[in-house]
Amino acid sequence: MSASTSTNRLSPPAAILRHAVLLATGALILVPFVWMASLSLKPPGEIFRASFSFWPAQFYGVENYTKALTEVPLPRYMGNGLVVCVLILGVQILVCAPCAYALAKLHFLGRDLLFGLVLVGLLLPHQVLSLPLFILGYQLGILNTYAALVFPYVVSPFGIFLFRQFFKTIPDDVVHAARLDGLSEIAIVWKIMVPMALPAVIAFSIFSVVSHWNDLFWPLIAVRDQSLMPPPLGIMAFKNEEAGNDYGPLMAASTLVVLPLLIAFLAAQKWFVEGLTGGAVK
Amino acid sequence: MSEPLSLSDTSEEEPATRGVRISSAASPARRRAFAEALAAWTLAGPAVFFLLVLFFLPVLGVFVIALTDWQFGARSLSFIGLANFRQVFADAVFRASLLNTVVYVLIVVPGTIILALLIALLIESGKSCRSFYRAVHFLPFMATLTAMAIAWEALLHPTIGLVNQALAGLGLPTANWLRDENTALPVLAVIGIWQNLGYAMVLFLAGLKGIPQDLYDAADVDGADLWLDRLRTVTLPMLGPVSMFVVIVVALRAFESFDTVKVLTQGGPGHASEVLLYTLYRESFEYLRTGYGAAVAVVFLAIVVTLTLVQVRVMDRKVHYQ
Repeated sequence: MSASTSTNRLSPPAAILRHAVLLATGALILVPFVWMASLSLKPPGEIFRASFSFWPAQFYGVENYTKALTEVPLPRYMGNGLVVCVLILGVQILVCAPCAYALAKLHFLGRDLLFGLVLVGLLLPHQVLSLPLFILGYQLGILNTYAALVFPYVVSPFGIFLFRQFFKTIPDDVVHAARLDGLSEIAIVWKIMVPMALPAVIAFSIFSVVSHWNDLFWPLIAVRDQSLMPPPLGIMAFKNEEAGNDYGPLMAASTLVVLPLLIAFLAAQKWFVEGLTGGAVK
Repeated sequence: MSEPLSLSDTSEEEPATRGVRISSAASPARRRAFAEALAAWTLAGPAVFFLLVLFFLPVLGVFVIALTDWQFGARSLSFIGLANFRQVFADAVFRASLLNTVVYVLIVVPGTIILALLIALLIESGKSCRSFYRAVHFLPFMATLTAMAIAWEALLHPTIGLVNQALAGLGLPTANWLRDENTALPVLAVIGIWQNLGYAMVLFLAGLKGIPQDLYDAADVDGADLWLDRLRTVTLPMLGPVSMFVVIVVALRAFESFDTVKVLTQGGPGHASEVLLYTLYRESFEYLRTGYGAAVAVVFLAIVVTLTLVQVRVMDRKVHYQ
């Protein structure tokens, strides 16, 4: 609202200044992305012959990307990332939505206590829990498996919180009507509440997938086998092996790791911004 | 006489009937309440179980382990009270790590806030290209930081990096940014600002949208014609609570930075860029000094919880959850 009046008053020079500054800061922000993409297309000789040019004199993209995809198990890393993200998100929704429904729509002894637990869980940084979770994983004998990557995240206090907030906005009459139709409580969760709370589900899905696709800390602790590494861990292993001398393929691999989320973000910008900052705004 | 008394007498004469009558009066409601509670706990059951096993037991676990001399894999342990904490605070490396973390946060928070606020104000001051500018500045926040750290390393490379080339081209002194103990931590902080800028910007944009138009109209009446006047009299004061909130959220994120340190400097050179979370990781999982690592985790938790509670207080003044 404020903007409309500001816009009317923004004189042409001021408008140009606005664009100039924002284009400059935007360009600075993009430099690492551009440099990464640029190096991923250059042959080693050109990379080490320092130059400003973005576009390679000799196009070496095919070689670099082929190397990144074949000499390193990058497809495997990306597959692992996908499997882990999908598993985590699926289980989180399965576990969190019913609990959120109970907190939002049912009356029962201990509800406030349970909500308190969720809020305290929201406050705990996950890295602090890593040591006991590592020991738990060790006792269960699941370290260095997909299960190790997934189990700490099967419940998300943020997910419960977000779903509860959204479920509360759905009128009680909807729930009563569903009960009169003979739906069980669990059926109400999956057939009524979750479909109606689709915006919250999408926002949470983006939050969850982005956090776990990008997570380095826990995978570093939980798995050792290359065949189980999610993208960040895999690409770090690649960097350490190459000792920084094979920049082209390393940059190609980095580009490929960043690309899926980047494309998704550009396609659904509004949802991403909401999903990733919703926790803070709400 | 017997008729009026019958009500109280029934209890003696027909206790069974009375019991039935009362329970049948209360029963549908009570039975429904019971059924609802049962349904609620069944629905919440898995979440409750996992919250306890994956959040609350581990937190307790960290506190207990911090009081022991246990090393991962050892068969025995003994309680040594607060010795781990004494050791932690006497340790030069930990103190360096704590100091580095504070310095890092003190660079990242103001840097992020000031830049994000300026960019948000600029974006909001006009109508054109808003979502484009927002997207561009938000990009680093969701890009995989491990991969972007590798890109930053290439940028900062002492000989072939763009940064040194540009500086040399301008006739300015160059540096081996990530290997120099004077520059490693500030450079990591710059990457931190680069990453969090878009996040803070989006929060500020939301705050700017929440400022009522009336206030700008009133400022107009009062003769605040210039953009700068309106900024000073309306925008900035109204952004106060949001700013406080953004400061804490960004500070929390800065305290939890790990990826760039792990990928780019491993805390070095020396311990010049070692931060708390990296110390926690190394002590717990590389050196397997479990008790010591747990003590570091407790210190870290104390800092994060304190900041979060401050945040909750700030939020409580503005927002009330249902």
